[in-house]
Amino acid sequence: MATTPAVYRNSRSNSVTRMVTDHVFTGLALLSTVLVVAPLVAIFCYLLYKGASSLNLAFFTQIPQPVGEPGGGMANAIFGSGLLLAVGSLLGVPVGIASGIFLAEFGRGTMLANAVRFTADVLNGVPSIVMGISVYSLIVLPQKHFSAFSGGVALGIMMIPTITRTTEEMLATVPNAVREAALGLGVPAWRSVLSITLRTASPGIITGCMLAFARVAGETAPLLFTAFGNNFWSHNLNEPIAALPLQIYVYAISPYDDWHRLAWAGSLVLIVLIVISVALVRFVASRGTLKANT
Amino acid sequence: MDIKIQEVALNRSPSSPAASPPGEPSAVRQFLLSRGTSAGPDRAFALVMLISALSIFAIVALIATELVLRSQLSLHKFGIGFFFGSAWDPVTGEFGALPFIYGTLVSSLVALLIAVPLSIGLAVFLTEMCPRWLRSPLAFLTELLAAIPSVVYGLWAVFVLVPLLREHVNPILGETLGWSGFFTGPNYGIGMLAAGVILAIMILPIISSLTREVMIAVPHAQREAVLALGATRWEMIRMGVLRNARIGIVGAVILGLGRALGETMAVTMVIGNRPEIAKSLFAPGYSMASVIANEFSEASDDLYLSALIEIGLALFLVTIVVNAIARLLVWVVTRGAPLQVA
Amino acid sequence: MIAVASFCAVFFCSKSGEWFSPPNDTCCENAIEGICVGVGIEVEALNAWYGSNHTLLDINLKIPANQATALIGPSGCGKSTFVRCLNRMHETNPVGKVTGTVRIGPLDIYKDASPVEIRRRVGMVFQRPNPFPTMSIYDNVASGLKLNGFRNRRVLDEVVERSLRNAALWEEVKDDLRRKSGASRSGGQQQRLCIARALAVDPEVLLMDEPASALDPVSTAKIEDLIFELKKQYTIVIVTHNMQQAARVAERTGFFLSGKLVEFDVTHKIFTNPGDKRTEDYITGRFG
Repeated sequence: MATTPAVYRNSRSNSVTRMVTDHVFTGLALLSTVLVVAPLVAIFCYLLYKGASSLNLAFFTQIPQPVGEPGGGMANAIFGSGLLLAVGSLLGVPVGIASGIFLAEFGRGTMLANAVRFTADVLNGVPSIVMGISVYSLIVLPQKHFSAFSGGVALGIMMIPTITRTTEEMLATVPNAVREAALGLGVPAWRSVLSITLRTASPGIITGCMLAFARVAGETAPLLFTAFGNNFWSHNLNEPIAALPLQIYVYAISPYDDWHRLAWAGSLVLIVLIVISVALVRFVASRGTLKANT
Repeated sequence: MDIKIQEVALNRSPSSPAASPPGEPSAVRQFLLSRGTSAGPDRAFALVMLISALSIFAIVALIATELVLRSQLSLHKFGIGFFFGSAWDPVTGEFGALPFIYGTLVSSLVALLIAVPLSIGLAVFLTEMCPRWLRSPLAFLTELLAAIPSVVYGLWAVFVLVPLLREHVNPILGETLGWSGFFTGPNYGIGMLAAGVILAIMILPIISSLTREVMIAVPHAQREAVLALGATRWEMIRMGVLRNARIGIVGAVILGLGRALGETMAVTMVIGNRPEIAKSLFAPGYSMASVIANEFSEASDDLYLSALIEIGLALFLVTIVVNAIARLLVWVVTRGAPLQVA
Repeated sequence: MIAVASFCAVFFCSKSGEWFSPPNDTCCENAIEGICVGVGIEVEALNAWYGSNHTLLDINLKIPANQATALIGPSGCGKSTFVRCLNRMHETNPVGKVTGTVRIGPLDIYKDASPVEIRRRVGMVFQRPNPFPTMSIYDNVASGLKLNGFRNRRVLDEVVERSLRNAALWEEVKDDLRRKSGASRSGGQQQRLCIARALAVDPEVLLMDEPASALDPVSTAKIEDLIFELKKQYTIVIVTHNMQQAARVAERTGFFLSGKLVEFDVTHKIFTNPGDKRTEDYITGRFG
């Protein structure tokens, strides 16, 4: 044949188009990656730049000064966040771990377990502001005052879905052989779950709790109408209390430069804590959940 | 077949002491025999675990009940018209939620428009194109993005993003796309566009990581089948992976939407907090979460409070539905029946 | 009367390692106290299911005391299921079901006691060694006691040492008892650790489900030697794929096929002159 058939002619130019398309989309994917990483890097750099210069010892030791006066710090807010986390974990950790144990050990495969898992997901998706006004309605209104207790409860509830999910996943990684060994010895079921299965999975479960803490520590919205914030030291669970993200928010939207400076410093502290938690979680997870071969 | 049975010499002699005279149970055996059955404690333990799990139901039910109860006032006064009225006037007692619904939807939509292509691009890069040594650090960075608190995003948005938009981006948008009506009007920096952008940055990691999960769940055989037909890499990704995973990707996007709908702090700081409906993205607006955050503590009378709580109830219901749909779609791809290559 | 009884005891239940004993197994229960320390197992009309899968069909069996009884058969014939019915482990599976009677000594294990109580009296060693990975060697051996509330430190030390000696592991681990994790040794040592752990609770019966199948030949030989010693104090039931192992170790052997007990007799007879054609086919390697 003197002329090449049409189909071959088309495919030759077609293949060029295809190669070009391939390169274009590869480029787009690369571009997306850069565009995603860029704001992250930008945020971190800006935080460091703005926050580090404002970070001094006073930040960690002093409470806020009245407007116009220089200095001051967020010591009460850091303490308050710690206290709120502690109260929250009193509620969230036991309920979360126990629910995880139920899902992994007692309810495996049942409809009830699926319903629990679904409901935990629902709870996870509730916007934090809605959580805040619900706890306001449940605790603050009857008590007629804001309190660290209500803030802690709000944070605790928010921890539950994360801890439940990671506990269930970690327990599922415990090999059945270990459970059978315990059963075969005549160890009662409750003892076997607690002392053997749970203990084997404990590194993973602890990291799950840490993840939950890190996530909840940065939440502002649930605290707006529960813990409410406090410019002074407070140890009383029945009083409003300062919290780091709350304080950052109040300062950020204020018109005072001094307070903006403090907001940056506070953000840097918050970010550093969270980055450490996330890194720790990844590190522990990569070492595996079983502590064999010591 | 004759198997010889050997008499094995007993060349090992470990001490085989008996703790007590043979025939009588040892101290250990006596102790264990006295332990009895553990059926009681076992049942109690299982019950405690069950109660904990059921408490999750109780918590969700409590939240729902409180929201419904406290919004009764507003529900009765305004009925369904609450969601279509555009006047929000605490002074006269006129409450209509339309501006906030509009604000939430538009900011979320803008966020999706920006975030979805970028997330899928990132996911594609991470799963199919990324060199091995880069994968872990990049994934770590994405995780960090997800972990940054909302208020920190808001802080950065107020002092960095908004000036950036106001001075560099918006003028260009106004000149080139102003004819569409979406980029007109006074350019303050804060407004719907700023809210959409910061929301986009916040939901990127979720959509991206879920898309990655869904893409990884596509079996390698699919990829290899397409490659064996002579496809380029992009064609393999498009036909072998994305097509199979598309249901899951839709799920990931919807999950991102769910997160965007409920996002409060960052949006509150940059959306402008004006209950108005405007076509231009430069105009300030108001989202459902923001109005609750801003006005809740100032709500002086019961009707005001009730109206705000009703908005909270609406937000609650919408996010439940959206999240449920999203989870269902992701589940179908990662654990459900294998998909057909359409 | 006493002369007859002592004659019985000496002839049938001596502790010297003789394993050819005539099939009168209830003798040990009638023996004079102080000579025979084990219990026999009587199985009547045992049926087991996995969901709707009828895994064991009407098993009747008498396992003699203070002897090793081997159970052989091709894969999937139900011997592991049978052994798991003897310590009520089968019912831990959500779709497992058992009917019939199993008597260990005078005790009907399905009617007279709870599963937990039974498992303290019937120890089990699994196919793959499964020491508790988060516990030290000492804690592993003592786990059966500690997790049941036993607190006496001195007795625990004694029990741990005795069990490890009986499992022929003491010399190898005595310096690392508390410092090393239970999972830190070779497969053979881990399996002997599991045996020590099972022995520490002083069971009356020891069930071994293919204990050496995952191990190298040296470890296998060590475990077989162990069984010879353990026979003196315990009744042993060992499931094995390895017919030579059964021949080496057990006085009696049972052949399982498709959930039925085809033949149960003195080991020598099973391997040299089996009564059933199916047994002969299996022995000669026609299948399985």
